[in-house]
Amino acid sequence: MTTATARVSRHGSTTAKPSRDAKARERALAWVRRAPLLPALIFLIIVTQLPFVVTLVISFMNWNSLSPGTTGFAGFDNYVQVLTDPYFLQAIVTTIVMTVSVVLASLLLGLGLALLLDKKFIGRGLARTLLIAPFLVVPVAAALIWKHAILNPVYGLINGTLTWVWSLFGSDTPPQTDLLSSAPLLAIIISLVWQWTPFMMLILLAGLQSRPMDTVEAAQMDGATPWAIFRHLTLPHLRQYLELGGLLGAIYIVQNFDAVFTLTSGGLGTANLPYAIYETFYFANEYGLASAAGVLVVIGTIIVATFALRTVFSLFKKEAGR
Amino acid sequence: MSTLNPTEPRTSVPGPAALNTTPRRRGKSRMDPTRNNTAAGIAAWLLALMFAVPVLWMILTSFHSETDAATNPPSIAAGLTLDAYQEFFGASSGVSPWPSLINSATASIFSTVLVLLLAIPAAYALSIRPVKKWTDVMFFFLSTKMMPVVAAVLPLYLFAKNAGALDNIWFLGLMYTSMNLPIAVWMMRSFLDEVPVEMLEAAQIDGAGLLLTLRKVVAPVAMPGIAATALICFIFSWNELLLARVLTGVVAGTAPVFLTGFVSSQGLFLAKVCAAAVVVSLPVLFAGFAAQDKLVQGLSLGAVK
Repeated sequence: MTTATARVSRHGSTTAKPSRDAKARERALAWVRRAPLLPALIFLIIVTQLPFVVTLVISFMNWNSLSPGTTGFAGFDNYVQVLTDPYFLQAIVTTIVMTVSVVLASLLLGLGLALLLDKKFIGRGLARTLLIAPFLVVPVAAALIWKHAILNPVYGLINGTLTWVWSLFGSDTPPQTDLLSSAPLLAIIISLVWQWTPFMMLILLAGLQSRPMDTVEAAQMDGATPWAIFRHLTLPHLRQYLELGGLLGAIYIVQNFDAVFTLTSGGLGTANLPYAIYETFYFANEYGLASAAGVLVVIGTIIVATFALRTVFSLFKKEAGR
Repeated sequence: MSTLNPTEPRTSVPGPAALNTTPRRRGKSRMDPTRNNTAAGIAAWLLALMFAVPVLWMILTSFHSETDAATNPPSIAAGLTLDAYQEFFGASSGVSPWPSLINSATASIFSTVLVLLLAIPAAYALSIRPVKKWTDVMFFFLSTKMMPVVAAVLPLYLFAKNAGALDNIWFLGLMYTSMNLPIAVWMMRSFLDEVPVEMLEAAQIDGAGLLLTLRKVVAPVAMPGIAATALICFIFSWNELLLARVLTGVVAGTAPVFLTGFVSSQGLFLAKVCAAAVVVSLPVLFAGFAAQDKLVQGLSLGAVK
C-alpha cells in the first residue's frame, strides 16, 4: 500500500536529476504531503500535550487554591504523599481491580455471546440488536438505572424479582440484597460489564466471521471435536481480536468516571484514580497533589501501554500490509 | 464426532482417508450443527434478553406512574402513562431539561464537525498520500488517547477559568474535539484505505486534479465510513461527563450533568429517572443503530473489518 501510493504520487519527481534543485523540490513536496496532517497534530499537541506539561509543573508545587499564601515549590512531596496516602493507594488498587475484572469478564461473556451469534438461528439479527443496546445507553443514564431501578434495596428489580419468585412458592420472606452497600465495587463492576460486553462481543464476532472456514471444515472432516476446533483453530485466530478488545476496553475503563460518580460517589473504597483525582482538585482544591496523582497515572498508563501497543501493532501491521 | 466413527484413528494430517469419507461425514456433520443451532439459538436469545432486561425495564418503568414504578414485587402489568415524561420536561418543577439537551447537541455537533475537518485531511496524509513514518504518527495519535483525561483536566480548568471560558459550551466542544480526534484519525484512515490504489492511479493518469479526485474517487468509497466516524464521535461527545462536570456550570451544563443533578433524594422519582434516561439515550441509540454496519470497524479503530 505504502509503496504503491508512493509510486503514484512521486510520479512527477522521480525523473528529475539529483541536483540541489531537485532536492529542494523533494523537500517542498514532503511538506506538501505533511500539510494536511499539521492542523490535527498541532491542535492535539496544544490541547493534550501542553496541559500535561502544566500538570507536570504543578505536580512539583505546593498549591492549594484555598490557601494561596502557601503556594511554592514542593519537590517530590506530592508524589511521596500520593504514594503513602491510604486514599490514593486504595484508589490505585480499585482502579486495577475494576479494570482487570471488567475487561476479563466482558471479554469472556462477549466471547460466549459471539460464539452463539456466529451460528445461524431464528431472529439472530434481532438478538444481536438487543445485545448491542446496553452499549448505546448513555453511561450516566445506565448508572442511574442500575442504581435506582435495579439495585435499589427497596424497590429495585433484583429484589422485586426475588420477592415475586418467592411469593410463587408461597413464601413472604424472600431474600433481599443490597449490593450497593454490601459490595459496592462489585455493583460498579457488574454495571460496567453489562455495558462493555456488547463491545467485546461485536469485535469478537467480527473476528469469528473472518475465520478461514476451509481449515475448520478440513478439521471437521478429520474428526476433530468441536472443543479441539475451538482450542486449536478458533482461539488462536481470535487471539489478536481478544487482545484488541482488551486493550481498547482497558483504555476506556481505566478512565471510568461516570459509573463511580453516579453509583457510589466514590464511597466505600470504590473511588478509582480518576474519581480520586477529581475529588482532590475539585473539592479539596489540592492542585499539587492532584497533579502528582495525575502524573503517576500517566506513568502507569505508559508502562502498560508499551506492552499493549505492541500487540495492537501486530494486528495493525497485518491489516495495513494487505 | 469421533464417537460416530470410533474405529477410525484421528489423524492430524488430512490424508486420503479423510477425503474418502467426505460425503458420509458431511451428511452427519450437517445434522449436528442444526441441532446445535437450536440450542445455540435458545441460549443466545436467553442471554440477549438478560442483557436487554435493564433497557426494557427502563423503558417500561418510564411509562409507569411513580406509585407503580416503586413497588416490590414489580408491577409489570400496571397501566401506562406519560406522566414521567411530562415531569421530566418540568411539568410541575418548572425545571426544563431543554437547555442541557441543546448544550449537549451543540457541543457534540460542533466537535464532530471540527473533528471531521481535522481528521479527514490528516487521514488523507496517512493513507492516500502517506507521509514518511506515517505509522509513528498514527501511534502518536493513539498515545494521546491513552493519556487519561483526568491528567490534563486541572490545567484545562485553570486555563478556562482565567480565560473566561468556564461554563462555555464552545470551549467544551473544543475539548471534545481533542478527545475524539485521535480515534477519528484512526477510523478515517481505515476507511480511506479502502479506496483502491488503481482508481487513484487511473484518476492521476487521466489528469484529474486533487479536488476532482477527492470528489469522484475518494468520497464515494469513503462516505459511509465518514458518516460512521461522525456518528461514533457524536456518541462519545454526547456521553461525556467528567469534562462537562468540571468545565461547565449553570449555563453550559450538558445532558449528562443535568442527569446527575436532578435526582432528588426525597419523594418518588423512579419513573422520572427512567424517563430521563430514555430521553437522554435516544440520540445515542439512533446514532448507534444508524452506524451499525460500520460500528465494529469504527469502534475497533479500523483494525477489524
